[in-house]
Amino acid sequence: MPSHIIRNLVSAAALSAAALLGLHGPASAADKTLTVYTYESFISEWGPGPKVKAAFEKTCGCTVNFVGVADGVALLSRLKLEGAGSKADVVLGLDTNLIDEAKQTGLFDASGVDTSAAKVPGDFKDDVFVPYDYGHFAVVYDTQAMKTPPASLKDLVEGDPAQKIVIEDPRTSTPGLGLLLWVKSVYGDKAGEAWGKLKKRVLTVTPGWSEAYGLFTKGEAPMVLSYTTSPAYHMVAENSDRYQAAAFSEGHYIQIEVSGLLKNAPEKQLARDFLAFTLTPGFQDTIPTNNWMMPVAKTSEPLPDAFGKLVNPEKTFLMSPEEVAKNRKAWIDEWLAAMSMN
Amino acid sequence: MTAIRLENVALTLGDKHFFFDTEIASGAITAVTGASGSGKSTLLNLIAGFETPDKAFPGKMGTGFPFGNATKSSMGRILVDGKDISRLHPAERPVSLVFQDNNLFGHLDLLTNIGLGISPSLKLSAADRDRISAALTRVGLGGFEKRLPPTLSGGERQRAAFARALVRNRPLLLLDEPFAALDPGLRGAMAALLCDLHRESGNTVLIVTHDPDEVARLADHALFIEDGRILVAAPVAEFLQRRDSPGLAAFLGANPA
Amino acid sequence: MLTARQRLVALSGGGLVLAALFLFVGLAIARLVALGGWAAALAVVTDRYILGVLQFTLFQASLSTALSILFAIPVARALARQRHFAGRIWLVRLLAVPMGLPALIGALGLIAVWGRQGIANQGLSFLGLSEPVSIYGLTGILIAHVFFNMPLACRFLLIGLERIPGEYWLMSASLGLRGRDVFRFIEWPVMRRILPGVAGLIFMLCATSFTLVLTLGGGPKATTLEVAIYQALRFDFEPPRAIGLALMQIAVTAVILAVIALLPAPEDRGLTLGKPVRRLDAGRAGARLADTVAIGVMLVFTALPLIAVLVAGLRSDLMKLVAEPIVHEAALTSLVLSLSAGLIAVVSALAIVHAQQAAAGGGLLLRGFSLALAASSALVLLVPPIVLATGWFLMLLPTGDVGAFAAPLVAAINAAMALPFVVRLVGPAFREHRIRTGRLAASLGLSGWARLRLIDWPGLRKPLLMGLSFAMALSLGDLGAVALFGSDNLMTLPWLVYSRMGNYRTADADGLALLLGLICLALTVAGTLPRAETPEEDRNR
Repeated sequence: MPSHIIRNLVSAAALSAAALLGLHGPASAADKTLTVYTYESFISEWGPGPKVKAAFEKTCGCTVNFVGVADGVALLSRLKLEGAGSKADVVLGLDTNLIDEAKQTGLFDASGVDTSAAKVPGDFKDDVFVPYDYGHFAVVYDTQAMKTPPASLKDLVEGDPAQKIVIEDPRTSTPGLGLLLWVKSVYGDKAGEAWGKLKKRVLTVTPGWSEAYGLFTKGEAPMVLSYTTSPAYHMVAENSDRYQAAAFSEGHYIQIEVSGLLKNAPEKQLARDFLAFTLTPGFQDTIPTNNWMMPVAKTSEPLPDAFGKLVNPEKTFLMSPEEVAKNRKAWIDEWLAAMSMN
Repeated sequence: MTAIRLENVALTLGDKHFFFDTEIASGAITAVTGASGSGKSTLLNLIAGFETPDKAFPGKMGTGFPFGNATKSSMGRILVDGKDISRLHPAERPVSLVFQDNNLFGHLDLLTNIGLGISPSLKLSAADRDRISAALTRVGLGGFEKRLPPTLSGGERQRAAFARALVRNRPLLLLDEPFAALDPGLRGAMAALLCDLHRESGNTVLIVTHDPDEVARLADHALFIEDGRILVAAPVAEFLQRRDSPGLAAFLGANPA
Repeated sequence: MLTARQRLVALSGGGLVLAALFLFVGLAIARLVALGGWAAALAVVTDRYILGVLQFTLFQASLSTALSILFAIPVARALARQRHFAGRIWLVRLLAVPMGLPALIGALGLIAVWGRQGIANQGLSFLGLSEPVSIYGLTGILIAHVFFNMPLACRFLLIGLERIPGEYWLMSASLGLRGRDVFRFIEWPVMRRILPGVAGLIFMLCATSFTLVLTLGGGPKATTLEVAIYQALRFDFEPPRAIGLALMQIAVTAVILAVIALLPAPEDRGLTLGKPVRRLDAGRAGARLADTVAIGVMLVFTALPLIAVLVAGLRSDLMKLVAEPIVHEAALTSLVLSLSAGLIAVVSALAIVHAQQAAAGGGLLLRGFSLALAASSALVLLVPPIVLATGWFLMLLPTGDVGAFAAPLVAAINAAMALPFVVRLVGPAFREHRIRTGRLAASLGLSGWARLRLIDWPGLRKPLLMGLSFAMALSLGDLGAVALFGSDNLMTLPWLVYSRMGNYRTADADGLALLLGLICLALTVAGTLPRAETPEEDRNR
């Protein structure tokens, strides 16, 4: 059983000691290694990671080494901490809202990948970052607790305060920031007022998606801020159509997940190959039922039926990364002020 | 006249059985002796009310348990001056106590410690305070009202415990190895103090001790307890001559003096 | 009762721990400040938003602490008074479980009881109340903090009450002290000695609370400095600002702790071993009623959310989970990490109390040293783990393989967080032990290994094991420190719980949370094995 863990811990301790003493072991003479920084749930055994690794290793003659951190934001923090000395070749899992900040670090290089195969609503194009999946933010509701879900953001904002929603905090989570931008996209200068109204329906504001979704599935609130793809999980994995996303007539804000390669990547060509690989079926096949997001390019098989039943937004909101980066603080302050009023 | 009478008092603790049926002389000092675990403290606990006599004798035969003449009453009684106290709460019994150690609450000054002997909620009148000061002076601790027990020597702490017994003024004083933790030199002085206080108040004193010299020096009567029952109860002069069992012989020395 | 050499060894041991602690925290802080300078760090004190957050942090932490303690007092009193009832030891062990649960799991358990669909509201609606009562807001924060911290206070108080010598109870019965007199003259003085320390610990835990405050707080009005620190370090990536906030948190709390410490409290004088404890007052009708109510309320309040965790866990596919290699891996990693953290914490705590003992009664310098030991071993709880982790991450970056340091670093961070608790647990026992055995050991010339093996270990085994299990439980439930390094290096159980929740697998998360709770309970059982009854006790029972 897990004796290898003890070995790992011991060797980790030994390595630490060795590193402290300035000793370095001989470099291993194995084949090339591609180091990919990503978020943890991507590489967990039920995530896309294992399949992606196997598929890419079949063609590249290399070893894929995933390093997983908590989430997309942590990913960027880690890069900033490591700076130019980072061992990463590829960073996979930033979203569009983080792109501008990521570029500011000056650590990324143009991908050089033809992204014409990638079809993303809202026509996202970037020469540094390659999109690999997307999802629209949506209010997911419990059909057993709510017969008529809100049909628009306006409905949500002005609806019955007794019907609660759990949302995420834009200060600590990407979905929280997504909702903030969604409300801003629809309400513009009136966003503050809208939050003032929506506040009455907000049961609580959680630090992250997990807490919010946990409260929701425990039945605490009939609505939660999540993704249009969330119901697919319940339909495919649990065979249940209890949880559904509400289609909003104004449109939905989109989250696009991207990957990029680093200027100082030790294996730059391999990294470029990997980015190109993310747009092929070998990668895209894993997205729908492992990452529970929408693929951006062709999959080898049609998507499961459940995906056909998902809300397909007619209009997609997406602010430019620069605009988000420029206004994020002011908008969060606006949100704080509106949400803290009595 | 009999001050304390234990009638068919039986008690079972775990697998140990105790049985006491005896009289303790009024206005005298009685020493309680016996090996460790023989039941000396248990006897005091019964009188003090920390243990309640068994409601009925354990019916098991063949345990070697002495039934005595228990046919009349199935329940043991403890009588003080003819009054049955065996169902009274410890606080309602005419008893003052001094243990080997921890007689005083360590974080309370002597005035409070002794005052609790007068009023458990510490409602003290000026007269009460004067009595406390007088008692402290009597035991040689005049002016120690505000001192905390940890700042006192072991002997001083036991003196303070005597002062509390003094203000409580109960007819019965139970002492559980009160001098065991003191230096031999100090023991003599404390024993003398105890004798003086006893003479002044005329109370009945029961003192558990391990020291045959103490028995000889202090006591008018003595008990020897073995295996949960009283083996010998006699005036002290006679007691010192008895060698009823190897245990008693070991306690008093092989040959009578 | 120490030779000059023993004294020197003891003092240098404490000095070593103190230096290590300062370096561990100081280097991390200095490294982060180097990224942007002190000006940016100090700017936080003029930030109105931050000052509002600070105000709320202190407000909720004070209230949470007060309520936890007010609740713990009657419960600890009842448990100390009622020494013999079926299941008592399990009740005491139950008190250790909330501490080992990750905050989110505890929050979900609480919501199953107090939430809109919870048992409490179902009861109310059964009574005809249609609108569910909402706990989100200050109420929810307070309930959660009391749930996590009342048991902690209770354990510390109980340990103190159980050290009262048996003669006190016999004497109080004989003197006729009633319940309130016993409280006033015996129990309260003992509690008052323990409470400042415990209140300080709880205050720090509540002040640095993050997930509970946000999840149950109902909105951004309920924000603690810890949230702002997390935001500054993770979302905005402004390390100096994070340091400014962390220092603000430490400074303000230090002032409050100093005030608490200045409250007059009787000195702990190390009571001598007395007669076995017999509580004659346990049987009185009034006491029985009060104790039943106190213990009953505590049981319902603490056990119901735990039962909710249990029920949710049992609904998951436990057999499948237990068979998963990754679960083994995570469980083993968690255990190894928490054991390392626990051992470091216990050894450091011993060094600290030993040095304090050696410094006692010394000159001004020694007293200052003793104070520094006490203060630093307490305040380390206020340094956000994310600050330590980030600072050390940067420090170790030049070595080229930060991942290799993840395990020792996480263990060290967890050890530092557990240190204040272990010091409080081991300290009084150590002092008492030394008073009891110091002279004898010195007169026999026992020292070094012989003394450790023959005298100290048998005498201190119980508090040390308790401290170890305490520290282990505390670091078992910790998520924070691991987050930065990533799962490729370390996959712990709480991390796996979050990971599964983040992937819609709530049932798995529930099952893993149950496992975590059970491990915690097992640790506590190991830490509170019933002591072997001595013949003396046997005789007098």
